[in-house]
Amino acid sequence: MGSLQIENVKKSFGPVDVLKGIDLDVKDGEFVVFVGPSGCGKSTLLRIIAGLEDATSGNLMIDGQRVNAVPPAKRGIAMVFQTYALYPHLTVRDNMGLGLKQAGAPAAEIDKRIAASSAMLSLEPYLKRRPAELSGGQRQRVAIGRALVREPKLFLFDEPLSNLDAALRVNTRLEIAQLHNRLKSTMIYVTHDQVEAMTLADRIVVLNAGRVEQVGAPMELYNRPANLFVAGFIGSPKMNFIDGARLGQTAKTVGVRPEHISVSQTAGDWKGTVVHAEHLGADTNVFLETEKAGLVTIRLFGEYKTGPGETLFATPDPARTYRFDAAGKAMA
Amino acid sequence: MSKAASSLPRTIGAHAVLLAYTAIALFPVIVIVINSFKSRNAIFRSPLSPPTAETFDLIGYKTVMAQGDFFLYFQNSLIVTVMSLFLVLLFGAMAAFALSEYRFKGNTMMGLYLALGIMIPIRLGTVAILQLMVASGLVNTLTALVLVYTAQGLPLAIFILSEFMKQVSDDLKNAGRIDGLSEYRIFFRLVLPLVRPAMATVAVFTMIPIWNDLWFPLILAPSEATKTVTLGAQVFIGQFVTNWNAVLAALSLAILPVLILYFIFSRQLIRGITSGAVK
Repeated sequence: MGSLQIENVKKSFGPVDVLKGIDLDVKDGEFVVFVGPSGCGKSTLLRIIAGLEDATSGNLMIDGQRVNAVPPAKRGIAMVFQTYALYPHLTVRDNMGLGLKQAGAPAAEIDKRIAASSAMLSLEPYLKRRPAELSGGQRQRVAIGRALVREPKLFLFDEPLSNLDAALRVNTRLEIAQLHNRLKSTMIYVTHDQVEAMTLADRIVVLNAGRVEQVGAPMELYNRPANLFVAGFIGSPKMNFIDGARLGQTAKTVGVRPEHISVSQTAGDWKGTVVHAEHLGADTNVFLETEKAGLVTIRLFGEYKTGPGETLFATPDPARTYRFDAAGKAMA
Repeated sequence: MSKAASSLPRTIGAHAVLLAYTAIALFPVIVIVINSFKSRNAIFRSPLSPPTAETFDLIGYKTVMAQGDFFLYFQNSLIVTVMSLFLVLLFGAMAAFALSEYRFKGNTMMGLYLALGIMIPIRLGTVAILQLMVASGLVNTLTALVLVYTAQGLPLAIFILSEFMKQVSDDLKNAGRIDGLSEYRIFFRLVLPLVRPAMATVAVFTMIPIWNDLWFPLILAPSEATKTVTLGAQVFIGQFVTNWNAVLAALSLAILPVLILYFIFSRQLIRGITSGAVK
């Protein structure tokens, strides 16, 4: 139980249009990630879904019912915030139980649900502590636990991993993914980090400047980006964009992902000089200044010995180059 | 703390400056207190010397105590100060919350209008206030004073508190909304505890001018039943003869309650003043 329809939702703050008409259909049990650069409106959209912000126009439906005028607590949602947002004066147990208590659930039911979700997140040892006595990772787990306890139709995550350090981020990401597998509930997740989006999502919604650029499964976005923006945003390091005219092509821009270029010391399409090489162990990023295509980033798997000044030949995989027209749209 | 900031000469220098300032600031207070324990002649002969065995005299305190109404004056001052303080903090915090939390038409103008009171002294409106109080039958009541002091304290309170309330995490308030807390519960249970240091700062800045005020009690509530301490102390100042022992004793006693209130707030006060600097 937890489908969501967004129909032509617009939002303006005074003269500034933050969302310029968003349409989206989220099916029950789906994990949908909103991704985009900061200021693209992804958090605003999430806050509109939560009811913390009113849409200027458009419809919002949860399980087929229009909820535009329903207060946040009655929408059947739960939200996890970037800054955890735990109540500082309450213990972990009370933090988790407050929502249900406000809704008038019987005490036995609240206890049962707290026990279940704290077991799921191994929070039992901390139930009597206050948020100030917990580490960042534990706090975020409590915040997730607080959402779990409500057994919502929709889980909303607002950049939940941004305040955690790198190691903890990977762990918590895994935990959220497992949680989704176990609960099979609908989750909507906002992030600016395309890695989080790619690893967690069933479907990714790429937003830019208040518009949806493309919606699709992670591999769909990776393999068939609809436009320049999506092509540049998904994938790391970023896709190389080369002026079509320089390569003698009809397309305005030609895109090649760094991992789809092979190199050779003897022969290839683009001759160039290595500007810099990043040795990461598992892969090597080479920045090659080529005569024909300008500065190109190449991602080689495994270790590859090279350094600035060396001459290399790069050859893009013709089956995996992308062509974009003057408007930035992908050409067939 | 860095090494340079804790070197010995620097520490001595800083303490010397602070001690000198403390001495200057405390000097008038100390003069009042030591002289309140001296006989009338000793006060005039050597006003700066502390009371000795022969000049020690409690006549001032005896006079004040004998003037049976003095406890009533104290009570009046306390009622007026505490009530005004309560109302300033309550309404100030509420207005500050509204200004910092909600987007509505004229938000900025409203904030400016409320801050304007910091720049325009309320005493300019004394005549109008007196007419108002006469018309509403509030002359010679403590209510009149509480109302005026509340109005006087609100601008600064709103100004300071709204800055602090902007710093309270939006996520926390939103979490409360999703959990179904009313806006009042969010305000009282989530936001107010987090701005407690700022509240203490505002409390001290509001309380002291109210306690020390002579102007409004003299104009709005000079009756025997509603006199405040500062006004009560004036009975000892005559046109021709002033009972200095009693005046000084009354003033010494008047310091005590504010001192106690100050100690209650001071720990929070320091945190409030330094919270911007130490992060």
